[in-house]
Amino acid sequence: MAAKESSAALSSMGVVFQQRAIDPDLTARQNLSYHAALHGLPGRVARARIAAELERTSLVKEADRKIRTLSGGESRRIEIARALLHNPKLLLCDEATVGLDVRSRANIMSDVRGLVRDRGVAVLWATHLIDEVEPDDFVIILHRGKVQRQGRAAEIAGTEGLNDAFRRVTEAAA
Amino acid sequence: MSLGAMLRCFYGILWRELLRFLHQYTRFVAALVRPLIWLFVFAAGFRSVLGVSIVPPYQTYILYDEYVIPGLVAMILLFNGMQGSLSMVYDRELGSMRVLLTSPMPRWFLLICKLLSSTLLSLAQVYVFLLIAWLYGIKLPPMGYLQVLPALLISGMMLGGLGLLLSSMIKQLENFAGVMNFIIFPMFFTSSALYPLWKVEEASPILRDICGFNPFTYAVELVRFALYGQFESMSALVVTACTIVFVAGAIIAYDPSKGIITRVRAGAPA
Repeated sequence: MAAKESSAALSSMGVVFQQRAIDPDLTARQNLSYHAALHGLPGRVARARIAAELERTSLVKEADRKIRTLSGGESRRIEIARALLHNPKLLLCDEATVGLDVRSRANIMSDVRGLVRDRGVAVLWATHLIDEVEPDDFVIILHRGKVQRQGRAAEIAGTEGLNDAFRRVTEAAA
Repeated sequence: MSLGAMLRCFYGILWRELLRFLHQYTRFVAALVRPLIWLFVFAAGFRSVLGVSIVPPYQTYILYDEYVIPGLVAMILLFNGMQGSLSMVYDRELGSMRVLLTSPMPRWFLLICKLLSSTLLSLAQVYVFLLIAWLYGIKLPPMGYLQVLPALLISGMMLGGLGLLLSSMIKQLENFAGVMNFIIFPMFFTSSALYPLWKVEEASPILRDICGFNPFTYAVELVRFALYGQFESMSALVVTACTIVFVAGAIIAYDPSKGIITRVRAGAPA
């Protein structure tokens, strides 16, 4: 891929990694500012977007605490906020809820669904947790690097349910 | 990407390095203690044993304490350059590297920003060391403190570039001890940091030849001459060439389509 295309792709994409990828010794605000700088956002714009994201994620009080003092769910929400600072069209979340408790997972799911609904952000949500999928979601079942099925979750689930459909599709491909 | 965006990106990387540096102030103290021990203990002991004859850039006989200052300055740059390599491996394990690489800025630019940031922090440590040495009584030509700045910058970039290149080959933090044993110590001891090359030659011509192949020797000499307001063209040439080679090597190594970093990751234990 040409450098310009690569740069354009990275500008329009926010990424939340499976493993925690945030500096634990910096505060939430410092981590967000660092990301804004990496995308070349002017100071005033960066400060306004950081304030808006902290507000949206209800983490204003935690903004000046070091990441290592936050809970797993809070630091995950900061990572999602960080991925949105440069206003990407696509948010790529790689198993973003792995290792979190039920409440934190629910908060993150609700947060991300809100982004799709209210801001029109496209979200590519990689997961093994099938209970996170809703009937209207567009699902792509990947197995060993190949697309096995794709379509609305309700269509794929049919009468057997998504769990069984997933197992059947992946076992058939094995 | 506009120039303004690139400058903001550089500022962001520099600012983060500074914050991390301030959080790890013990690292700063440790980086200073090392050359200060050499100055206060080692050089004090050797002062009466080693005489340094009048060789450029010196115009008179000097005490060993004064001779060793450029070597200790370069030692700070060397250890910080390698510390930068450790920091890159740490960033990779911590995931901060992935965040850096999601930036739309060109990868070569990000690596140079990182390198330049850590070099600037090294320069701050060098000047604190020179201040302590001055208070201790080692007073160099006043203009030398300013004239040495470009030499420090290019030498710091060379050693940082080497650290960056090495970091692409180190799989895990635990392997960093190998860098200490096989890179830092041999580079430091087979150079003109502690003894003039003519003294080394008297002891062993082979060792003198090894010192002649060591880029660190040229960094030390570049700094030494610059501290006395002189320009050593051969050293400048070697240091500049090595900087280009090391930095280019690191840029290639960190390019996922060509680099060895991908192979290192692929071979790393889960």
